[in-house]
This record gives sequence, structure tokens and C-alpha cells, in this order.
Amino acid sequence: MKNFALLNARTLDEAVSSLGTDWNEAAVMSGGTDLIGSMKRYIQTPEKVVNLKTVSGLEEIRSENENIVIGAETKIAHVASDSKVSEHLTALSMAAGNVASPQIRNMGTISGNICQRPRCWYYRDTEVPCMKKGGIRCYAVAGVNTYHAIYGGGPCHIVHPSDTAVALSAFDTTLTIVDKYGTKDVPFSEFFVLPEEDASRENILKPFQVISKITVKAPGDNVKSTFIKVQEREAWDFAVASVALSMKMEGTACREASVILGAAAPIPWRSEAAENELTGKNITETVAVAAGRAAVADSTPMTDNKYKVELFTNIVKRAVTELV
Amino acid sequence: MPGSRSDDKNGYDGVSRRSFLKGMGTGVVSTTVIPAVASAKDKIDRISQSSEGITSANITLNINGNDHRVNVESRTTLVSVLRNKLELTGTKIGCNNGECGACTVLLDGKPVYSCMMLAMDAAGRQITTIEGIADGGELNDVQKSFIENDAMQCGFCIPGQVISATALVSEGGNPGEKEIRKAMSGNLCRCGAYPHIFKAVANAAGKGGR
Repeated sequence: MKNFALLNARTLDEAVSSLGTDWNEAAVMSGGTDLIGSMKRYIQTPEKVVNLKTVSGLEEIRSENENIVIGAETKIAHVASDSKVSEHLTALSMAAGNVASPQIRNMGTISGNICQRPRCWYYRDTEVPCMKKGGIRCYAVAGVNTYHAIYGGGPCHIVHPSDTAVALSAFDTTLTIVDKYGTKDVPFSEFFVLPEEDASRENILKPFQVISKITVKAPGDNVKSTFIKVQEREAWDFAVASVALSMKMEGTACREASVILGAAAPIPWRSEAAENELTGKNITETVAVAAGRAAVADSTPMTDNKYKVELFTNIVKRAVTELV
Repeated sequence: MPGSRSDDKNGYDGVSRRSFLKGMGTGVVSTTVIPAVASAKDKIDRISQSSEGITSANITLNINGNDHRVNVESRTTLVSVLRNKLELTGTKIGCNNGECGACTVLLDGKPVYSCMMLAMDAAGRQITTIEGIADGGELNDVQKSFIENDAMQCGFCIPGQVISATALVSEGGNPGEKEIRKAMSGNLCRCGAYPHIFKAVANAAGKGGR
């Protein structure tokens, strides 16, 4: 990889005041497992890398009023093993436990996981000038699109690679974003952007901004959640399809539901159609099947990824039946 | 093996003429700027924290209980230092991309991929490589069990496998097959010696295997 100037930031102030206004001027490094891979392949060639691991106080999980606060630099392994997370945010605990391999979970952080760049093989191929790298075409359209989007695609057709982002979307989650002008809280649902808005990025972060923490409102005891991830090989892989489901139950009746599809779209994809099939219903096998069908009803698969339609139908149904 | 030692593009900084000359250039700059405030536990001899950052630095890596003083570039990965500067070649480079686990080392007791970690990020941490995993002169339980169970074919992935297994076994408890498979999932074996590897780990963890 190209050499760069490494700045081991000690405080958030130091980190954000070291960042620039251009992506190639300075990259933010958290766990580094995605950034270093991109730099080795010359997909990203920043002049400077600002290291957030050296900022103190960002690696913690704590309860604060009715919220669970996860510091940006908290390791994925820590999220997966934390008892507060597994008790209140089961889907997040399961998603974190299924991120990549043990080694990656020991290195990667929660903020890095939600900000990682897509795995699209055209994006990851240095030689392909796709629109995510400033080109004018999405090569997946006429090319091989086995792992691409069935929702929200166009003009770029990536799927978002993060498992934890899918789970966090099923809860009432807020991100805290810091830059040199101050701090702001952003609802998680407003963090990610579709390619039609900005094909070059996956979220609203600007080159001079970092995430400092993630705040998740702990749902009540009557809320249950789960996460299912389908991989091509069992050992470890990115998802070809995943779903995070949370349901607020009253006996066998579902009062509220969140159905989020992963590896379906360029962002974690909320299926309101599936949620509507669940909300207000007594949860039975029939309702679960209907939710599965609704989750893919208006999907627009590409030439090579129609298999995902059936996969999502089945894992949504399975998630619902497993929860009750 | 994949990844040639002189492949400057992949960030191996130890050998090629091009990176050597580059390193000399930045080295001169950094040695004149680094203040002499290095304590033993200093993560990095920093230049004053300007917003510019550092392109190379002298760092202290604690590997297998011994401190090693090395000059590295910012881009230098931990595995590159282990193999090319310190001749600790037991740690292997397979994919060099955080996927295969051949480069696994323990960082403060936890398995990590040393190919996806900057050497500077490992400064001040406890690094354990396969060379330091034995208990004094004697092989540890995992190593013995790998031999007893013939848990290898070509052997290239085995240093990484042994590191991951040692991390699991040292956690204690009584891992079942599911836990063993999960703990070992970040280490690939192209020969497919998995059944013997899992058996070796189970035996080392005090279980009878399958």
C-alpha cells in the first residue's frame, strides 16, 4: 500500500481537527480491517490516516437511563459477548456474533462495521472505474450481479455489507456524529443514503466527521428480537441475505414489528409491507408466511440474484416463527 | 507462497530497493523530529502532535515477552515486521487480506490477523507468536495434541491454527464441537485437515473429541 501519515488521535477534538474536506486527504481508521484491505488494493489511497483507536473513552458499553450506549470504538467481540446487549438487544448480539471471524471480531469495531465499504466485486477491483469510484457506470447491471441488490438499486446496485447495521435498524437507535463544528444526534434510519442520492458513499458522513457513540433505546420486556444470516459457507462470510426482526408482543398478538432486510439493498432495508402483515395480528404460521411473501413482494431482482427472493421469503418466515 | 517479500505494492517494507530508499528518506526526517522522551511503555516515539501525523517512527514491540526496537513506516503491517525485520517467520502470510488466518497472532491474549494490523497499532501491546506459544522449552497442550492427532498435512496454516486453538483452550471451560468450530472458523486449511484439527483442539481442551 501507499505510505501515509498516521495520526494517533488522543481526543475526538484532535481527530476531527486533523480531518480534511476531501476523502483522499484523510481517512478515518477504526479497527482498520476494511480500510487496510482497501489501501492494500489501492482502492483508497489517503495521504493521512486518523486513528480513532487511540482516542480514550470510546470503547465501552454502558446503561444510561433507559438507553444502552455503545462507544464507537467498542470491538465487535465485546458487543457480541456483552450481557446487556444480549438481554435487551438480542438481534444485535446475534448479528455481532456472526460478523466475520473471531480474529476480525477482536479487531473490528461497531462504528467501523456500520461504516465499512461495500464488497461489490466491481468496487473492490482496482481496475474497474465504477461509479462508486467516480466512474459513470455500474458494471453489475450488465455484469455478474449474484450478490447485488433486489431493492433500492440504481444507479449503483451494491448491497450494504454490515450485519450490525441491519440489527441496529430494528431498534430505536441514534448515532452521535462529531465534527469540528460540534456534535449532533442522527436517527439511525437517516444515516444511510441510497445511490440515487449519492452513489459514491453509503451514508451521510462527511470527510471531516466521525461517529462517537451509538445509543439504543432498550425496548421493554415484551419486545423480542432475532437475527438470521445466510452465508454461502458456514465458517464465515458476508451475508447473501439476512433479516433482523423485533416484535412487541402481547400474548400471541404482535403490537409492533420491525423487519429489516440485510444484503438486500444498498442500505439496511426496512420492509413496511412485512411489518404490516405482523402488526395487530395473532402470530401464526400463516401470518409468518404472509410476512415472508410481503417482504419481497415489490422487489426488483437482477439477472443473477433471483434466488434472494426465495431466501428472504423463507428467512423472514423463519424469524417470525422462531420468535414466538 | 502468495505474496513475494519484495512486493512493494503490498507494503512489505523490508527488502525492495525502492522501499529501502523511501524508508531512508522518511527515516532521516523522523529521527530529526522525534523528541527523546521515549519511555519503555511509550506506544510510539511521537513527533509533537501536529495535525500532520507521522510517516515512520521507532516503536517498541513486545513479542513473546521481549521488547524489540524497530523503525517502521506507517503502512507497515505487523506481520511484515515479524517476518521481514525480526525473522519470526513462524507467522505465515497466506491471503494477506484478512481472510485465511495464517498470520494469526495473539494481541493481549486475543487472536488477531497480523496482516490487517499496522505495526504501529501493536506497539505497547503484548504480542504472542507461534515462536512464543510453547511453555519454556516444552510444547504446550495444543501443540502436543496437534502432533498426537496428526492434525496437519502440509502444515502451512498450522501456526495460525495453533494460536487460535491456544486462545480457546486458555479460556478454560469445556468447549463443545460447536464452540470449537466457531473459535477455529477464522483459520482456513487448504488441505482440509479439519477433522483432525477439531479433534486435536477438543483433546487439548480436555474433551474426548468425537
